[in-house]
Amino acid sequence: MKPVFVRPQSLTDKPFHFCPGCHHGVIHRLVAEAIDRFGVRERTIAAASVGCSVFLYDYFDIDVVESPHGRAPAVATGIKRTNPDKFVFIYQGDGDLAAIGTAEIIHAANRGENLTVVFVNNTVYGMTGGQMAPTTLLGQPTTTSPYGREFGQDGYPIKMTEMLAQLEGVGFAARVAVDTPARLAQARKAVFRAFETQLEEKGMGFVEILSSCPTNWGMKPLEAVRRIEREMIPYFPLGVYKERKGSDAL
Amino acid sequence: MPKLVIRDDRCKGCSICVEFCPKDCLEITDRLNPLGYRPVGLRDPEACTGCAICARMCPEVVIEVWK
Repeated sequence: MKPVFVRPQSLTDKPFHFCPGCHHGVIHRLVAEAIDRFGVRERTIAAASVGCSVFLYDYFDIDVVESPHGRAPAVATGIKRTNPDKFVFIYQGDGDLAAIGTAEIIHAANRGENLTVVFVNNTVYGMTGGQMAPTTLLGQPTTTSPYGREFGQDGYPIKMTEMLAQLEGVGFAARVAVDTPARLAQARKAVFRAFETQLEEKGMGFVEILSSCPTNWGMKPLEAVRRIEREMIPYFPLGVYKERKGSDAL
Repeated sequence: MPKLVIRDDRCKGCSICVEFCPKDCLEITDRLNPLGYRPVGLRDPEACTGCAICARMCPEVVIEVWK
């Protein structure tokens, strides 16, 4: 018998701590598959964030540096500049990348740091208890916006991929989702492209992945999966926003 | 015939695999696993084509597919 699907080698055998139906597990697997595919496991260093993805070091069979909240791009910059032969990726959530670490990600992107960024957008602060994030959709109730986010008071949800795609230092920017098998296949392709962007030294490879958070949305896993298509994709359109081609200089 | 290996002691019963199985051959069982969830089980092994959509959608990566 031949394997059709087995656990990627770069994932350790430790069970995930995530809530039932959380898409972090799927996204961890996509990243692990990309590490296996490009054969970079022995020279990969990740910079983990603070949030639900904080235990990255338990789940990946690679070296991981834990960063202060939001500062993963700064930590990764240091790792990559001192060890240019290493493969460095960042894994951040929306509270981490789009709120506390906005300055770090924008300037790392603008400097054209040769990093791969996996940005998990679930429109809420997960681990800290479901507070409103900059990506929270209008009208979405959270623990700090119990009547729903209201633009007069809280502003509009931030679109990171569109923003970063404008910067010259970014070689690849895409937004994908993992709620259906078809979109999952596209997400896998986008994560692979973001890895290739770093390996080809074309600047930052940025992938935003729309993900569910059943616990903090107050939904069952399947309802949460359906909310991605119903509410998130209309506001956060999917697609490749920027792709630097073969001979384009950085 | 394809073979599904479900590590049901790690399954959290989110039923995403059940929803997306094109042949509808998975189900949430009524027993409890050590985590306290009702894990998924293969209801109809004959209908399974080994497409591995369940395995790819599984957030816990508990399903392996062999063919």
